[in-house]
Amino acid sequence: MSTSLSVSHLVKEYRVGGGLFGRNAEVVRAVSDVSFTVEGGDTFGLVGESGCGKSSLGRSVAQLQTSDSGSIELGGDDVSGLSGKALRAWRRRVQFVFQDPYSALNPRRTVRATLAEPLAIHRLHQGAEDQRVAELLEQVGLNPQHASRFPHQFSGGQRQRIGIARALAVEPEVIVLDEPVSALDVSVQAGVLNLLDDLQRDLGLTYLFIAHDLSVVRYLSDRVGVMYLGKLVEEAPVDDLFERALHPYTQALLSAIPVPDPRVERARKRIVLAGDPPNPADPPSGCRFRTRCWKATDRCATEEPVLTEHDGGRRVACHYPDERAVTSKEPA
Amino acid sequence: MTGAEVLLEVEDLSISFPTDEGLARAVQGVSFVLRAGETMGLVGESGSGKSMTAMAIMGLLPTSAVVEGSVRLRGRELLGLSESRYREIRGSDIAVVFQDALTALNPVMTVGDQLAEAVRVHRPDTTAAQRRARAVELLDIVGIPSPHERVNRFPHEFSGGMRQRVMIATSIANEPDLLIADEPTTALDVTVQAQILEVLREVQTRTGTTVLLITHDLGVVAGVADRVVVMYAGGVVEAADIEPLFYDTAHPYTAGLLASLPRLDRRSRDQRLYQIPGQPPAATNWPQGCRFAPRCAHVRHGLCDEDVPPPVEVGRGHTAHCARVDVWRTEVE
Repeated sequence: MSTSLSVSHLVKEYRVGGGLFGRNAEVVRAVSDVSFTVEGGDTFGLVGESGCGKSSLGRSVAQLQTSDSGSIELGGDDVSGLSGKALRAWRRRVQFVFQDPYSALNPRRTVRATLAEPLAIHRLHQGAEDQRVAELLEQVGLNPQHASRFPHQFSGGQRQRIGIARALAVEPEVIVLDEPVSALDVSVQAGVLNLLDDLQRDLGLTYLFIAHDLSVVRYLSDRVGVMYLGKLVEEAPVDDLFERALHPYTQALLSAIPVPDPRVERARKRIVLAGDPPNPADPPSGCRFRTRCWKATDRCATEEPVLTEHDGGRRVACHYPDERAVTSKEPA
Repeated sequence: MTGAEVLLEVEDLSISFPTDEGLARAVQGVSFVLRAGETMGLVGESGSGKSMTAMAIMGLLPTSAVVEGSVRLRGRELLGLSESRYREIRGSDIAVVFQDALTALNPVMTVGDQLAEAVRVHRPDTTAAQRRARAVELLDIVGIPSPHERVNRFPHEFSGGMRQRVMIATSIANEPDLLIADEPTTALDVTVQAQILEVLREVQTRTGTTVLLITHDLGVVAGVADRVVVMYAGGVVEAADIEPLFYDTAHPYTAGLLASLPRLDRRSRDQRLYQIPGQPPAATNWPQGCRFAPRCAHVRHGLCDEDVPPPVEVGRGHTAHCARVDVWRTEVE
């Protein structure tokens, strides 16, 4: 039985700048009232551009950082108010895989030491650590005989597999994957994606998969959420989102991703957005996307669109949602 | 494009570096031809030698590099030129756009001054007013709004995408014959990447410059390149016009790369990605023969691991460095 993950009304703020005493600090709302549910054993893909708050949300889910309000539930157990032993037990249930396999591993520790540490912290497999380490390495497609090697003796893809093995060590129910393949070369990336897929099937894992590369997200996700400046703007089953996106930002994002197929690529009509994302410390009034949106009206400046349910379990936050195919072969 | 004049010829280019563990080879036996007006994509993964090749063309390799072969621009040999000679060529004949615009721009000079400086170096006869007018014009070409006002701003006042536009403006300041773009959009978000690729296309239409685009992204190449050269472990494995490369792929590495890409326009939750086994060889430890052979699904021992395969012509302007080019495509994996 896999564990569901539920995030409701999550808010995470950072104080930025303001000098030594922070009197003039600006408050950046990195995650602003975000809610979604991931069914047990599913992958929820979270996409958006840099600064949209997707990584911040992932870090809060894994309790690598606190959040300011809202709740995070694992199969009905709320994390808020947990501390000490109870919080440690929670952390065991949700693990995290980092983007950069070069900086995420301690260069002075062997793979065995890296993988045995979480076992010691959570008092798991005591007396049989070596066996567990060997099992983990095998599970991620590495040679168990290489346990005494150091990170620099492995390639980028192998290091990311070690990062995944470390997350698996404590038998988690949910794994937050923060850009797990974006630092890898294409020919290596496919192997890690296939591995993540296999592990999910074998172990019944629930994934929160954070990435900016929508092609990769499509490959691994069951549902996808799109974030813009701290807000969830659209959320839908994967094929609905990619084939019939409703939010103009999702449509622009999809149309901007190049497809490795010249005839398709050259026939596509690209929506090129004007400008850059606004300053997160000072987001636009009303709809945060309106400053770059071609559909924006006066209403968008005054009235913030709420995330509303549409047919087929889709949710979108836009006053003028409209289906538009942007990934198909026919120009829209 | 095949009728157009040859602008750049790279012939049998090899680059290596002496290290403690022996000679590290970065590039070996690379040859290709770039014709005036075309956009060529130079594609490969990290360590394939694509950036080293570009650096060699620009004369920007570190002095410790051992370089052999020939690089000719309109027939003129560039390898072995003195630094001062090279400086005359860089910026006026060949210009480069780097990946990281923030470190490539001077933080304490306004963008207008930097653009004017780029013009002055190669056109000292111009007046300050002419250079300033040119700076505004350049910002306009790359799509920077209100260029008259922006010309007085400093790089930190621009966003990442805008800085990359300024970089492109600087590089085209003297209307170079060849523009080398080294992963120009890799550090950018996708919506900004789309803008920058649009700018490059626009610049090429307006100035007719030849573009050598260095990238790991086959999607970017699919959208902008006329020709593609694919590199693997320091050597060219395949060269072709854009469509034959994607639809009539002749090298197993290119085919593997294309098959391993997840695609935005395909339902894929229940399919597995093709996975090229193993990993690229270390620069100090290249295998004998075809360097892709240890990872190739179609390898024949005693053939592929003997000599580095020479280019085999499989179509018009389409070559593959594969000893089994005629047979591998008929083999079912």
